[in-house]
Amino acid sequence: MILVERVTKRFGDYVALDDVSLSVPDGSLTALLGPSGSGKSTLLRIIGGLESPDVGSVTIHGEDQTSVAPQRRGIGFVFQHYAAFKHMTVRDNVAFGLAVRKRPKAEIASRVDELLEIVGLAGYQTRYPSQLSGGQRQRMALARALAVEPRVLLLDEPFGALDAKVRADLREWLRKLHDEVHVTTLLVTHDQEEAMSIADQIAVMDHSRIEQVGTPRELYDRPETPFVMRFLGPVTQLGDALVRPHDIALSVEPRAGSFEAQVARVVHLGFEVRTELVLGDGQELAVQLTRGEADELELAVGDIVHVRSTVLPRALATRAPEADALSA
Amino acid sequence: MTVDRRWQISLRVLALGYLALLLLVPVALIFYRTFEHGVGAVWDSITTPAAIHAFQLTLEVTAIAVPLNTLFGIVMAVALARGEWRGKGLVNAVIDLPFAISPVVIGLSLILVYGTRGWLGGALADAGVQVIFSVPGIVLATIFVSLPFVVREVTPVLKEVGDEQEQAAATLGAGGWTTFRRITLPSIRWGVAYGVVLSVARCIGEFGAVSVVSGKIAGQTETLTLLVEKRFGNFDLAGAYAASALLALIALATLLAMTAIPGRSPDDLRPSGTVSRRRFATRDVRRSIAAPSHRVRRPASTIRRHTTRAHRETDPPRREEGDT
Amino acid sequence: MSALAVTARSARRSHTGALGLGVATLYLSVIVLLPLSAVLVRSLDGGVGAFWDAVSSRQAVAALRFTLLVSLATAAINVAGGTLIAWVLVRDRFPGKRIVNALIDLPFALPTIVAGLVLLTLYGPRSPFGIDLAYTQSAVLLALLFVTLPFVIRSVQPVLIELDREMEEAALSLGARNATIFRRIVLPNLVPAILSGAALAFARAVGEFGSVVLISGNIPFRTQVGSVYVFKLIESDAPVSAAAVSTVLLLVSLAVLLGIRALGHWGARHDR
Repeated sequence: MILVERVTKRFGDYVALDDVSLSVPDGSLTALLGPSGSGKSTLLRIIGGLESPDVGSVTIHGEDQTSVAPQRRGIGFVFQHYAAFKHMTVRDNVAFGLAVRKRPKAEIASRVDELLEIVGLAGYQTRYPSQLSGGQRQRMALARALAVEPRVLLLDEPFGALDAKVRADLREWLRKLHDEVHVTTLLVTHDQEEAMSIADQIAVMDHSRIEQVGTPRELYDRPETPFVMRFLGPVTQLGDALVRPHDIALSVEPRAGSFEAQVARVVHLGFEVRTELVLGDGQELAVQLTRGEADELELAVGDIVHVRSTVLPRALATRAPEADALSA
Repeated sequence: MTVDRRWQISLRVLALGYLALLLLVPVALIFYRTFEHGVGAVWDSITTPAAIHAFQLTLEVTAIAVPLNTLFGIVMAVALARGEWRGKGLVNAVIDLPFAISPVVIGLSLILVYGTRGWLGGALADAGVQVIFSVPGIVLATIFVSLPFVVREVTPVLKEVGDEQEQAAATLGAGGWTTFRRITLPSIRWGVAYGVVLSVARCIGEFGAVSVVSGKIAGQTETLTLLVEKRFGNFDLAGAYAASALLALIALATLLAMTAIPGRSPDDLRPSGTVSRRRFATRDVRRSIAAPSHRVRRPASTIRRHTTRAHRETDPPRREEGDT
Repeated sequence: MSALAVTARSARRSHTGALGLGVATLYLSVIVLLPLSAVLVRSLDGGVGAFWDAVSSRQAVAALRFTLLVSLATAAINVAGGTLIAWVLVRDRFPGKRIVNALIDLPFALPTIVAGLVLLTLYGPRSPFGIDLAYTQSAVLLALLFVTLPFVIRSVQPVLIELDREMEEAALSLGARNATIFRRIVLPNLVPAILSGAALAFARAVGEFGSVVLISGNIPFRTQVGSVYVFKLIESDAPVSAAAVSTVLLLVSLAVLLGIRALGHWGARHDR
């Protein structure tokens, strides 16, 4: 388990982390999710020992690591831009951590081959990083980090420099790899879809603080702040409340707590039908319907309909006004 | 901007004509004048005892100055590229001074410190050490003039490579020295090589500063460049040309070495505009004086220049801004 | 952020790092700073009056004035010639371009005394072209042009290579003619590089000795440049006067260095 307790980090006047605490359960894959500049990479680098906190402590498996050098933390770190050792072959890259630990040559060789097999780079032993694609380089970097059997694996935007297709493939692959290897993993990303699709647990960060920690489902369904709600999926405003566009029902007749609205635009996207409405007070509203629902209502531009939230309205705007002001 | 054919050719003729008159004809002429009286005469004049001694002395001085400056250059480059410390701006400026100061002033400055009436001259004379008009003075002058080359070559390379690989090595358990030896040094090796080549050329060719401090005693403190001057002064033109030709050969070898160093090949010099800037790191020596911040951030595409084209698509240029 | 990261890291292995930096700084001080401060301090050995006499003597003034003027001319010619050559080397294609490009560095690699000897042979009394410039001010200019040739070219070349061709194409599509594109689009982007190259050429020209000493003839009031004058003072055992004149040359060098740094900052800002 990784335990971060009350960590604060400043760079000059800029507060990168403000009294942050986090616990990452053993064997989990946790994502640190947040926009650029939210402090997530700094937190990861502090856990890895690449930065040191001004205040607070980092504990890994019960041992205080706050002032331990990265060399002795037993971590594996994967960088966004791979940090491949350009002058070494794939084999030497992966073997590096074992070589500096002076392990026997035969052991290193068999371990490297085994890892390259796992990451799907068997046969690439004698290539140089420049002869690999971005995705292959990142898999090599993962093998390199795993070779030293780290207690925790830290990934800093590992797919950030890759194109969409490779990114999606590697994401799936990482999830499977984690299910096989079970090393406690912390992954930094700004992509909510990436976090939702592979993480057991997500910590959402904004403005140098952790906003909320939970499973993807919890965060999506029960966001505690408007920021989390907005960051994890599309939102639209109905009255004073933030609602997801698919949590709004349309009806021809008025119902309890419904608002009157006029249809401004209907976009058919196959199974999904996206409808833009204008409420009586001029506020715009986006609603996501299935094709069946839309057909049933026979929606046409200019129609007057009644809208209401199908989930309990959460008066988010009043709950944390200062946080809302910050994220606006 | 597409220049039409007529303009293109006239610009080309103008540029090459200027180069030919200023550069090519003069250098070709050295060799012509050298060999116009036959190879035997040339051989005789570069194998006189004085000439052999001058050659030896030049090499000795170079063999002392270059390793010292290389060591200094690497240490200082790492400190400049990787550290934040007080006085860094000042040190950075001082390193450039030898490029900007007249060699005669450099020679004078050494006389004022180490000469018989210099700050340290008396104490050194009491200790039986003669610096000025002696080999140590020549060595000091040569070190002074060639001091900036390795630092100025290696610093931009270090910045360009970035410190991510070093961090990766640290997370894999490598200590400071191991990281330096196995990661940092290999990634700057060509920068170091380039700096060394430039330093060697400068050490062998230095004239002004050495001329002030050497005393020009034949067979003792006479370097190759001083020999050229002395022979010219003694109306031994053929001898001066012969020694010059030897020096010019060394210069041409230097150019060859500069061209041969990977990442600096003129192959990179295409009129396309998408090409690496690394080839120009040496010009950046001068540019670095000019624009230290110019080169700090370069697109990573220049670093991964050897990436095969097929793989480029999956490897978009590194984002500059970087998250926290 | 990475620099800060390293600070965090180097804090842990500070002893070796600090030791290395300390030794390197000491080396720099002994080799460069100590001698240069000796020039500044000892230029005042005879008092301020003697300093002033040394730098305001007719011969010193003439040498310094000629040095500055001929260096300015050198820088100006390099601005035009260097930019032109850089342009041809980047945008033109012709056989042998690689060799020409490699040869540009020759003046850096060739010992200055050899350069002086060669120029004297070519444009001196035995000139194969019948052009005898020996012991004239033009000869000094020629020698300085030779040794400073690479500065502007090597400064402009990388900028020109990286210059975004799309800017020029955009201007072209907006109807600009070549001359306009060069003046309004290309040139403004090259200006910082041209100026810094020219400033370096100027600094080098002010201090140049080896290539000038043979061809100039060292005629006082006509072809004697500052560095050669200092050399004569040293030879005639007047180190304090030599230090005084050297101080002027040093100050010029420092001013140029500072100017180039300011230019660098300005250029960097211009980049964004």
